[in-house]
Amino acid sequence: MAEMKPGEVGIVSGFTDEHLSVKLMEMGCLPGAAVRFNFKAPLGDPICISVSGYELSLRVEEAATISILN
Amino acid sequence: MAPNPRTKIALVGNPNSGKSSLFNHLTGLNQKIGNFPGVTVDKRSGLCTMPDGSAAEIIDLPGIYSIYPRSLDERIVSEVLLDHHSPNTPDKIVVVADATNLKRGLLLLTQIIDVGLPTILVLNMMDLVAKAGISYDFNTLSRKLGVPVVPINARNGVGLEELKKQLSHHVPAPEKSVFQIWHDAKAPVKEVRNLLEVDNDYEAYLFLEQPQSLTFLPKEKKNIVDEIRERYQFFPGKFQGAETIQRYSFIQDLLNDVTLKSTDHSWKKYSNQIDRILTHKVWGYLIFFGLLFLIFQAIFAWAELPMDFIDAQFANLSKYLKTALPEGPLSRLLAEGVVPGLGGIVIFVPQIAILFAFISILEESGYMARVVFLMDKIMRKFGLNGKSVVPLMSGVACAIPAIMATRTIDNWKERTITILVTPLISCSARLPIFTILIALIVPDEKALGFFNLQGLALMGLYVLGFVAAMVSAWIMKLLIQVKERSYLIMEMPPYRIPKWSNVGYTIIEKTKAFVFEAGKVILAIAIILWVLASYGPGDAIQNARQHVLEESKNMRLTKQGLEDRIAAYKLEHSYAGIIGKAIEPAIRPLGYDWKIGIALITSFAAREVFVGTMATIYSIGSVDDDDDATIKSRMREEVNPETGGPRFSPAVGLSLLVFYTFAMQCMSTIAVVYRETKGWKWPLIQLAYMTILAYLSALIVFQTLS
Repeated sequence: MAEMKPGEVGIVSGFTDEHLSVKLMEMGCLPGAAVRFNFKAPLGDPICISVSGYELSLRVEEAATISILN
Repeated sequence: MAPNPRTKIALVGNPNSGKSSLFNHLTGLNQKIGNFPGVTVDKRSGLCTMPDGSAAEIIDLPGIYSIYPRSLDERIVSEVLLDHHSPNTPDKIVVVADATNLKRGLLLLTQIIDVGLPTILVLNMMDLVAKAGISYDFNTLSRKLGVPVVPINARNGVGLEELKKQLSHHVPAPEKSVFQIWHDAKAPVKEVRNLLEVDNDYEAYLFLEQPQSLTFLPKEKKNIVDEIRERYQFFPGKFQGAETIQRYSFIQDLLNDVTLKSTDHSWKKYSNQIDRILTHKVWGYLIFFGLLFLIFQAIFAWAELPMDFIDAQFANLSKYLKTALPEGPLSRLLAEGVVPGLGGIVIFVPQIAILFAFISILEESGYMARVVFLMDKIMRKFGLNGKSVVPLMSGVACAIPAIMATRTIDNWKERTITILVTPLISCSARLPIFTILIALIVPDEKALGFFNLQGLALMGLYVLGFVAAMVSAWIMKLLIQVKERSYLIMEMPPYRIPKWSNVGYTIIEKTKAFVFEAGKVILAIAIILWVLASYGPGDAIQNARQHVLEESKNMRLTKQGLEDRIAAYKLEHSYAGIIGKAIEPAIRPLGYDWKIGIALITSFAAREVFVGTMATIYSIGSVDDDDDATIKSRMREEVNPETGGPRFSPAVGLSLLVFYTFAMQCMSTIAVVYRETKGWKWPLIQLAYMTILAYLSALIVFQTLS
């Protein structure tokens, strides 16, 4: 997900980090859910995404643990 | 028949679900802040009158996304929900969910249903649901979940009567469990239930999953759980991810059944114009720093009038008590110890109230999440977190609420570093010291015909404190080694107009917390210091008047001048004076004499005492004489007998300024750090590093300049 560009959309296909995946799923970031990369913070990190009807902010290294199908 | 205890109703919900608005609506001004037994998290509770006339206690629990806690204040929720046999166990639970987006609210709800306490689901923000064109089938929702469902709008109070009515009825405990425990977990869960008399499977399951939330269990029971966990190799968090997926799949099916008209895919068009500006690389930072400037301006300019008023009122009260009460140690303690001590607390109330008005507006509007978003990367370089910005900002008014605001930082290391460096940010108590010392050593002139030199010097000190905080944080980041990972998975709430009553409640709550937290300590210390400064060994104090009279026989003093000299003589021979003389060898390299030593001692507990002590030592300070000019001119005239020059030379003045910028010199901060870190380790480390930093910097400044 870290490689996505602002405005791109995709589907969450899985996670590479078990510890973080638990927290991401609780926030609505579930396998199969559609996500949209909204924009980056001015310094490139963190980023803002839309998923399950919410806007979430997460760090690039955290976003990198989300696998995306698009 | 035993007296019927009050019904206890706990409010649980996601952050931004409108839980606080509901709490404020239900309780009005009947709320108080207490503590949960054994932990340091504030317990917000209040009374609500039910339709049958009885009063119920409403407890507002911290906002959470799931029953698995991430930060300190979240843990209290699982502790309260898992402990079914304490006087604090809620009788009913109200889960507040944002109805415009039910998914995540329902995740929490299904977890709470499974814990087995009587539960009601409140769907909030129904006005926005209507605008979005969604309809829910409440009856099916209620039937499938097995709990009553009440739609409300907490912003204007619609639906609250119905909620109260539901709450005054009997609410049955939910019977069915949403989550099906995995086969491998069934055996240990059964053992926990049998051995510990736990009411249901999910509760027993959480006992195994969350060892850190079992603080309410006696040691031997905890050991039983630990033993079972070990024997079955059930490590905490083992099934948490799978549990979340199972719950969401139930929720998706449920929502398909009860949502009559689905939302359009508006998220695809998400392009928030406001965010485009507020998180812009230039405008974003400009607006943020502009806001900071406005807040500081407000703290210092708007608060001045009420602060002067409070100051004058306490001085009047003190003066009045002196004349009205019969002469004696007790009335002097009251007039010279207790009342000025109380005044020293109340005087900060205007600044704290203004600061929290701004912070709560920024939080209510959703802007604070953007500040975290903007600052996270910069702050991480220094071992801090984007969320450290709020405590550091608050530190400009007072370190006490600032340190309490660090609870939102989930990561232990980043939170500890934030706590450790926050007191280096120059708080408002340093301002009187800065003002008087700058006036002594910096000429009141304009540089480049434009900037006031004294103003520049003051700004320089604030910058110095901030830079010291960031550098210290960076060093601590290297020193403190932990494996715990830092993360920032945070909701960016939609922008909203702040609800003003919520802002009002926050101001009241924070101000109260400050007055009582800091108040206890400052008052106690004020009394101790008064004793130290009023009594001394032998009879030197009793004979002070006689001694001074003899000494100044040929000096044609006015009555006031004589009294002042007596006060100075008494202070010199008091315990405080003796300690001041004792530490003189240690502070001489910094350019200070024993008189400044006394001020260092008395201001150890609260730095703002410095100016008052200076006034007494230089014998111009009766309580009614709060004219700065007199203190300043007396300090300016003071001669250093060794050099023959002024005592407060630029070198000494600057050395003192640097000392007070860095030194801890605040007992209330130490107390609040002790409370927040649950031990003496961190407050002592903090006191040590700040004192060493202050001493060495003052030493370097004095030695290079003199």
